[in-house]
Amino acid sequence: MLYRENGQFKTSYRADQQLFPVLQDRVAMLALLAVAFVVLPLTAPEYLFRAILIPFLILSLAALGLNILVGYCGQISLGTGAFMAVGAYAAYNLQVRIPGMPLIASLLLGGLCATGVGVLFGIPSLRIKGLYLAVATLAAQFFTDWAFLRISWFTNNSSSGSVSVSGLDVFGLPIESPVSKYLLCLAFVSVFALLAKNLVRASIGREWMAMRDMDVAAAVIGIRPMYAKLTAFAVSSFIVGVAGALWGFVHLGAWEPAAFNIDRSFQLLFMVIIGGLGSISGSFIGAAFIILLPLLLNQVPRWFDMPLSTALASHLESMIFGALIVFFLIVEPHGLARLWSTAREKLRLWPFPH
Amino acid sequence: MEFKSFARVAAIAAVGWAGLLATPAALAQAKEQFFPLLVYRTGAYAPNGTPWANGKQDYLKMINARDGGINGVKLTFEECETGYATDRGVECYERLKGRPGVTLFDPQATGITFALTDKVPADKIPLITLGYGLAASQDGGVFKWNFPLMGSYWTAADILIQHIGKKEGGLDKLKGKKIALVYHDSPFGKEPMPLLEERAKTHGFELVKIPVTAPGVEQKSAWLQVRQQRPDYVLLWGWGVMNSTALKEAIATGYPREKMYGVWWAGAEPDVKDVGDAAKGYNALALNTSGQQPKVIQDILKYVHDKGQGAGPKDEVGSVLYTRGIIIQMLGVEAVRRAQERYGRGKVMTGEQVRWGLENLALDQKKLDALGFAGVMRPVSTSCLDHMGTSWTRVHTWDGSKWNFSSDWYQADEQILKPMVKAAADKYAGDKKLTRRTPEDCQS
Repeated sequence: MLYRENGQFKTSYRADQQLFPVLQDRVAMLALLAVAFVVLPLTAPEYLFRAILIPFLILSLAALGLNILVGYCGQISLGTGAFMAVGAYAAYNLQVRIPGMPLIASLLLGGLCATGVGVLFGIPSLRIKGLYLAVATLAAQFFTDWAFLRISWFTNNSSSGSVSVSGLDVFGLPIESPVSKYLLCLAFVSVFALLAKNLVRASIGREWMAMRDMDVAAAVIGIRPMYAKLTAFAVSSFIVGVAGALWGFVHLGAWEPAAFNIDRSFQLLFMVIIGGLGSISGSFIGAAFIILLPLLLNQVPRWFDMPLSTALASHLESMIFGALIVFFLIVEPHGLARLWSTAREKLRLWPFPH
Repeated sequence: MEFKSFARVAAIAAVGWAGLLATPAALAQAKEQFFPLLVYRTGAYAPNGTPWANGKQDYLKMINARDGGINGVKLTFEECETGYATDRGVECYERLKGRPGVTLFDPQATGITFALTDKVPADKIPLITLGYGLAASQDGGVFKWNFPLMGSYWTAADILIQHIGKKEGGLDKLKGKKIALVYHDSPFGKEPMPLLEERAKTHGFELVKIPVTAPGVEQKSAWLQVRQQRPDYVLLWGWGVMNSTALKEAIATGYPREKMYGVWWAGAEPDVKDVGDAAKGYNALALNTSGQQPKVIQDILKYVHDKGQGAGPKDEVGSVLYTRGIIIQMLGVEAVRRAQERYGRGKVMTGEQVRWGLENLALDQKKLDALGFAGVMRPVSTSCLDHMGTSWTRVHTWDGSKWNFSSDWYQADEQILKPMVKAAADKYAGDKKLTRRTPEDCQS
């Protein structure tokens, strides 16, 4: 009933190929954007922005980038944290060393540096596959951890190895208040999500998917493995790099290499797997699951005034969280995004299923 | 999955989301001074974080039970688990900073301190980092909201070098010696380096820096370096599991424990307990005493633990880190009391007023005695220019079953420290485009 498509005729190829062919989806997406851009900034409290929405958006962006590599091109990567770190430190160096560097430019150039590093560490993917590649990308993780801890030039010779940025502004507008930070992140995420969605529908995205499904067959039909794999690494690490720069600049403000350690790489990989491999919306759902659920579980005892000790609450949080991951992977191995698409199919027939 | 169960999941998610938003409104009560407690009771740093957290909590309970709060203002608190992770710490800070009557934050981690240092001026909440955090923040002219009370890593490093110099028979005897810094590879471990480098230049000893990857359970390569380099002394800048691992590795390497000097975060019971007798002779800085004799500890046992309200096991009360937690909380409580003297007795102080209290702390020996802290620590008196208050500290040595003091009191050398702090604070101000506080702002 909600999803009745009666009367929605496509009369041109253009109409058939648009992002959201069903009217209801378009309306829902517009409504979502309206809520995100207008309603939330006007109503949400500061805690929601600073502690939930901003990290959620930035890590969604990183998961989106990783999803292109893992979900669409089938190249498992454990170096996401590393590419985030490259983005963050590159943007930091640009910001510090070049006076008057616009914020947007340094964020994007940070992403570009991450692209370079990503392509470099993507080269082994031409020879090694699957889990072995995951181990090879682990090298990126350890290398960047080492580089940003040891080479003091990267941290502008900061004695403690911690770097910080402040006084950010975009076109003269200060990025200080939580709302402005949120809107900046939201703008980045919206643009990149749109970009990614279109990329994966275009020829390049189809090449990636062909590579993922069977690389030999893909090569036989004329897809160049090197081009396909390295572009996936490039696009993915660009987005991840921008996300890393946003994480450092907008969310943390001051950071050290530990902010982008191996745990971050795993966390992002889990987001992608739980959210749904090869799905743009899956990146967002996965990020929401991994970020919001622990916070939620952490606060549950307080709503009910349960006298749990902090340690017990924290252990329970990990246990329930782990159990939920197992539960969702059992009922829907293809990720939470698939749950939604199943529900959507059911909704299209509801209330009169055949 | 069936549609029905999907709907159920969606409903649960919606309720959860609503709950996440609805939390802050529930707790609006008057006349309560709220202490947000950022703690870590889980993870690699829990063995050290737990007694610290227990001390902070028990002291508040004791003040409520014994004195009925601060001049009638009840103290409330809530813990938030950070797991020593910066992003979780920032989340905890955001979660708790908006509560009514919020007093101050003690993040218990240098990484979290760095992230919060940029946030507290806007929120107008003071940050106390007793014996850790940013060394440059001693300069209150630039760091208006940071209070590295009783010591920073620079004073710690300075005092350790002084002590080693004394052992050798004079600082000039350090020439040609080799001192290794085995450090936690994080801002915490790197913070002492500028001072050690300065001292190395002055006295002509060689400084070898040996990093240990956090959290420090794997140190084989670090101690291989120690074996190869054969330093005359090892300074241990560790925290959590890193400390006991380092001691075990030192034993395996055959490095004499008598030549090892830990920072005050590497000198508590959890660090040496597992190693026991073999750690005999290991030295570390001590910001405070340990033991259950002080009156304040007795009060906590009487008013909190005897009523079954203690946060941790009773025999842990009075351990090194527990006592440090008490000191931190006492300084916070006394800052509130000091602020009340100026802004109105029996009122709930805002973060700004507490900041004034912290900046004008004057705890002389008499006051400390009255508070039950006789012998536990030295007097603290802060000012606008000096947010540290005191840097007196001692060295204590593990005898296989307990810590014993093994040196006189030391004070950091102002002649070295002062210019470095000022230069670092000025650099920070320059990077952040801040201006120094005016003398009028300092007076107020």
